[in-house]
Amino acid sequence: GSRRKVLLVHRNSKKTAHKINSSWWSGVEMGPPDAILGVTEAFKRDTNPKKMNLGVGAYRDDSGKPFVLPSVRKAEELILSQKLDKEYLPISGNAEFCKKAIGLALGDDHPALTDGLNVTVQGISGTGALRIGSTFLSKFFPGPKTVWLPAPTWGNHVPIFKHVNMDVQQYRYYDPNTCGFNFTGALEDIRKIPENSLIMLHACAHNPTGVDPKDEHWDELSKVIKERKLLPFFDMAYQGFASGDVAKDAYAVRKFLADGHKICLSQSFSKNMGLYGERAGAFSIICNDKDEAARVLSQVKILIRPLYSNPPLHGSRIVATILNTPELHSIWLNDVKGMADRIIAMRSKLKANLEKEGSVRNWAHITEQIGMFCFTGMTPQQVEKLTKEHSVYLTKDGRISVAGIASTNVDYLAHAMHQVTK
Amino acid sequence: MASSRFCEVQQAPPIEVFAVSKAFTDSTNEKKVNLSVGAYRTDEGKPWVLPVVRKVEQELAADNTLNHEYLPILGLEAFSTAAAKMLLGATHPAITGGRVTAVQTLSGTGGLRVAAEFLGRVLKYNTAYHSAPTWGNHNLIFKQAGFTNIAPYRYWDGGKRGLNFDGMIEDLSNAPENSVIILHACAHNPTGVDPTQEQWKKIADVIEKRKLFPLFDSAYQGFASGDLDNDAWAVRYFAERGFEMMGTQSFSKNFGLYNERIGNLMVVVKDTACIVPMKSQLTLLVRGSYSNPPCHGARIVSRVLNDPALFEEWKGCIRTMSGRIIEMRKGLRERLEKLGTPGTWDHITAQIGMFSFTGLTAAQAKHIADKYHIFLLSSGRINMCGITTGNIDHVAEAINDAVCNITN
Repeated sequence: GSRRKVLLVHRNSKKTAHKINSSWWSGVEMGPPDAILGVTEAFKRDTNPKKMNLGVGAYRDDSGKPFVLPSVRKAEELILSQKLDKEYLPISGNAEFCKKAIGLALGDDHPALTDGLNVTVQGISGTGALRIGSTFLSKFFPGPKTVWLPAPTWGNHVPIFKHVNMDVQQYRYYDPNTCGFNFTGALEDIRKIPENSLIMLHACAHNPTGVDPKDEHWDELSKVIKERKLLPFFDMAYQGFASGDVAKDAYAVRKFLADGHKICLSQSFSKNMGLYGERAGAFSIICNDKDEAARVLSQVKILIRPLYSNPPLHGSRIVATILNTPELHSIWLNDVKGMADRIIAMRSKLKANLEKEGSVRNWAHITEQIGMFCFTGMTPQQVEKLTKEHSVYLTKDGRISVAGIASTNVDYLAHAMHQVTK
Repeated sequence: MASSRFCEVQQAPPIEVFAVSKAFTDSTNEKKVNLSVGAYRTDEGKPWVLPVVRKVEQELAADNTLNHEYLPILGLEAFSTAAAKMLLGATHPAITGGRVTAVQTLSGTGGLRVAAEFLGRVLKYNTAYHSAPTWGNHNLIFKQAGFTNIAPYRYWDGGKRGLNFDGMIEDLSNAPENSVIILHACAHNPTGVDPTQEQWKKIADVIEKRKLFPLFDSAYQGFASGDLDNDAWAVRYFAERGFEMMGTQSFSKNFGLYNERIGNLMVVVKDTACIVPMKSQLTLLVRGSYSNPPCHGARIVSRVLNDPALFEEWKGCIRTMSGRIIEMRKGLRERLEKLGTPGTWDHITAQIGMFSFTGLTAAQAKHIADKYHIFLLSSGRINMCGITTGNIDHVAEAINDAVCNITN
């Protein structure tokens, strides 16, 4: 009653005295700097004409420039000519986009889709799709509120789950001795994951290592994950971009479904369609039946509304147009293969040049790894030397973005890498 | 037999505004009218892509120097700066003093969510107040952002169909220190009732005295009166008084860019040294949520706000939209008074913006939907944009019928 009010006022008046001179924000601490951004910033400041930015993960053409896909340009022209309105999308996003996105992942006529077992919603690219997933799972996943991530994994996976109060744990994945996949270590660790837990898997072109399990490895992983009754959450950000073949890159996702797993899946069209800033992505859950899918969808929508109400149209419209228009679809398959092929070619050239430089190190992993990134195996000290003495910028875990290599500077890079590792 | 992990997931309750819109879509009645969802319609009842927007889109498409690269995490700076200037005025002392920072957000909702996450998780505030009634999503947003105490302050006075000013002041006077107070900058959603300038001054007095934190939701700047400065009066007044505050901006309505999700979160600080750490924390929040915002809408708005000729053209579009709404308000009130509909109807023209709290009850709303296929929310909220010269008589007739024949 009033006595409590008096006490509150008294306590508040002490705070009031403090507040008059201070700001609301004086307690705000500086957040940790973003490692990758830091690399780009340092690169920008460097005046060496031979400098190379192998930090950020966006595709570059052989002139080192951003690449707007011909299929995307054509789709945009088509969209512009249609003079469509700008009305709100439904909370779940552009329906055509959702249909074609999950169809790309699984195959358009996959029984899960024709039977209506999937919940597929548009997300703010891959990050947004993952965040819808983590938010849904943090609320509705009946198992332990922990996600098991491969070691290492994309840095942003951690906050995406931590922000929704989930724990993160790791299973062995990358073998620094071989710069390859630690198959036995992964199986050992996965066998120890508590039953009914949530496990995250990179569908293809693992970020940051570029190391993917072989098909036989995936077959075995599927078995063990099934034995442990785990829920697989696939992050597929590079379908088509890895091998150049969309079906091949979806092997793991499709195999797991064929083996009876009911997966969660996030997809990004940032890289494979070069739509980075348009934020086109999708989140899917494969449910048991149509009724469950309807219930799950209703709850997912409740979670999206207080995030941003409904998603942006532009990118999703481009994707839907491309995937829905046969002519554009085949141009796109060509475009994405072109990007993948250029990266594969740069990998080959880099390895060949290192050998030509006289390096006696084993660089096989450069061509065995796949996708945007390569875990070179260089130590932080070697990385520092590479940056300081040769103006080659990369993250200190030795990761390079192969997309940042061009035929005009692959020799320079090989030379520099040899200098710091010989 | 495999059982599912998700078999316990219950069907979520539908969100009313979408359910009502669906009812409209499903109706086959040729005189149907949609007075529910909050989007502008022309006098032909059609969505309107602003001519200046189409023009800019053509220019952007023809510009071969543009690509689809990632925006920075906090968005397109040219957009955010221009948007903040639009809200506060380019010569506002807070802006010229360097005490304003702004980041691009996923429209108004996204701005509110980032604001709530920052206030809740970084500043550790746990109490928020919103008007009674308010936009339905305010409560959900703050709840999801971790606020444990979300309460209403009195606002709508059903009796006089206006602002319950004394009730509002009383409730704010009892709010604990550090409460976040969500204020509608103009064109209150759903009532259409805005405080007068004198009332805003007194609201500011209470907020200052009680050490509350003002958060303005500005979704209709320009759209309400047709004048950007008029509609920003309250926000500018608070900033001039020296408040530290936040303002979220939506460009969905005033630019007609509903589906491109373009918004801004503006922060006014006392000490410019706070800006860098604050942005670093906002960066972390955004990165863990969606990494970086979409560029298409930002480019369009930035082009327009930063080009004097396009800016003028756009201001013409806002006057068109707000002008049509004001016409419909006049017309509806006239017809209801002419029909002798019981009660007073001057609130229809006293209220401002897209929405009107008609005072109709849920039962009356249902009657109107069932008999006339005119769809509005059970709160009695109508979207004035749904009214056209073609259907205004029909709408007036329906309201008259409901008020005369359906009582609680």
